[in-house]
Amino acid sequence: MLSIKNLHASIDGTPILRGINLEVKAGEVHAIMGPNGSGKSTLASVLAGREEYEVTDGEVTFKGKNLLDLAPEDRAREGVFLAFQYPVEIPGVSSTNFLRTAVNQVREYRGQEPLDAVKFLTLMKEKMKLVEIDQKLLSRSLNEGFSGGEKKRNEIFQMAMLEPSLSILDETDSGLDIDALRIVSNGVNQLKSDQNATIVVTHYQRLLDYIVPDYVHVLYKGRIVKSGTKELALELEEKGYDWIKEEVDSAATV
Amino acid sequence: MSTLTKQDTFSSLFTAAPKNFESVRKLAEESFLAQDIPAPKAEEYKFTNIGKKLEQSIVNYSAALPIEVTIDQVKSALFEGFEGNVLVFSNGKFLPELSSSIESVEISLISAKPELALGTIAKPGKDAFTALNQATFEDGIFISVPKKTQIEKPILLLSFNQANQGQVIQPRVWIEAGDFSEVTFLDQSISLGESSYFLNKVVEVKGGINTQIRYYRLQNEGKNVIEVSNFETDIQQDARFTSVNISLSGDLVRNNLTLNLLGSNSEGNMYGIYLLNGKTHVDNHTNVDHTIPHAESNELYKGILADQSRGVFNGKIFVRQDAQKTNAFQQNNNILLSEEAIVNTKPQLEIWADDVKCSHGCTVGQLDEEALFYLQARGIDKVQAKGLLLYAFAGEVLEKIEEESFHNYCVSLIQERLGSKF
Repeated sequence: MLSIKNLHASIDGTPILRGINLEVKAGEVHAIMGPNGSGKSTLASVLAGREEYEVTDGEVTFKGKNLLDLAPEDRAREGVFLAFQYPVEIPGVSSTNFLRTAVNQVREYRGQEPLDAVKFLTLMKEKMKLVEIDQKLLSRSLNEGFSGGEKKRNEIFQMAMLEPSLSILDETDSGLDIDALRIVSNGVNQLKSDQNATIVVTHYQRLLDYIVPDYVHVLYKGRIVKSGTKELALELEEKGYDWIKEEVDSAATV
Repeated sequence: MSTLTKQDTFSSLFTAAPKNFESVRKLAEESFLAQDIPAPKAEEYKFTNIGKKLEQSIVNYSAALPIEVTIDQVKSALFEGFEGNVLVFSNGKFLPELSSSIESVEISLISAKPELALGTIAKPGKDAFTALNQATFEDGIFISVPKKTQIEKPILLLSFNQANQGQVIQPRVWIEAGDFSEVTFLDQSISLGESSYFLNKVVEVKGGINTQIRYYRLQNEGKNVIEVSNFETDIQQDARFTSVNISLSGDLVRNNLTLNLLGSNSEGNMYGIYLLNGKTHVDNHTNVDHTIPHAESNELYKGILADQSRGVFNGKIFVRQDAQKTNAFQQNNNILLSEEAIVNTKPQLEIWADDVKCSHGCTVGQLDEEALFYLQARGIDKVQAKGLLLYAFAGEVLEKIEEESFHNYCVSLIQERLGSKF
């Protein structure tokens, strides 16, 4: 589904990603871990099309298309979904209107009929249950005054509404209490199928107790320096990132 | 440097001015001569060089003659969903045959009210253009709402303007609202043709106690229109006055809006949007004067500026020594959509009382790129996402318009503009 080859990206001339290689197939869950500043969020942002980052080398194909050629909105319509680390508050734009616009633009792109108000509301109610989100929240301005947990739940709710084939969760667990984490993870797990794939970007192993990955990759200094299974995450939890850093840094000096 | 001078330039207006309101006109003439057209460096007109603009655009400084307006023109000018009373004007002249008669409201020409205390609310000494209007206006409209009367449907002041020989149009409006009355005015001008003209308008509103007066104005005139408008009202005890001013086009527009809070528990609200493109220049100068305790004022102006447009906001709040327990809030926010657009914003608070709640703030920024990306990342097209964000920005002001059909009309105009041009 997603194939990343030798991806290099920089911001304001500073290289952040320095040769990422990653293959993600339908039905898989990949966790990207790594110390702060290793480039995890940059990878998520580059995949979603954030303009501040400049791709300097490499390629990304998504369902056979060159993802890097597409505008952010077209990536979303093709099925890429980024759950933001910091969901943006947008005063004056109601969550419901925003979502209806988004859902219908995505549907139009996919050649589906737009949803009328009734069908939209029915779909919304169904998906709201997944993340136990209150309708009152959705009648308010988008993310405005939401708590941290509410914002993250709203991200997963949007994901449920847009039915992406590739979801990228950028630090979705950071700052969540255990209840909220359980709700969010539960939502993600219910949306998983053999047709879609998930990339979980996280600093902590904790989330992976709830969303169990098939593969774990460690990102350091802009490269994937180690890949393994969920056991690798547990090892990281126990030993921290220092041993990996040492391995990489000593290899580099040889 | 402007070479406009008071007597020479406007002499034909003075010569042709009607002979009524003799002392009122004389006072104003003296005031005009003393003030002159604001010089380029005049503090109050620092960012709005009106003299130069007049010199560039106006050749014939005499009054534009009334033009013929048909009933069909009136009908097609009414916005969708409008239900209410219409007062029609042609180059400032009231056209009773095309206007509604409004139950229990007295409508008359100003010339038929020789005792009217013109210039006692909008005083000629405060602004040269108020003085010019008062000294030389042809005629105007007197509207009086009796006490304890609720005028349920809005009163639309619909003006058709076009240079016609002369290029100066000077509407004059006097509104009285008796104690406990309630009324909504809509004010809209239609430019016929592309010609340049100078609109110099004065509106005085004399409200009684416990009145509810709303005045919503849409400025969407021709690209060559120069306009100065002076609007002033006295707000008495327990009364509430709300102004919403939407500026969408024009060459140069200057609005002076003054609210005098004269009675306790009174409330004055000033809201505005300026959504500008091309080279349009809109300057809003507002004043609110808290003279007594326990009054409240709220102000919110928002600007969206594209191309080489320019916005000026100057908001003065005076809280006099007696005006304890005043609540006064002011906010001006701007989004610049181009490198060449300019905003000058200046809040001015003068507070002499010590037990008050006052706040003010102004911002000038660009469209929030992070919010734009967020919307795009959900599949919303970039142009539409921009429109959505800008509309949300303006929406906070639009929702202050309580008259539903007019609100919807302004919303549709603004959405159309945000969807196409921006």
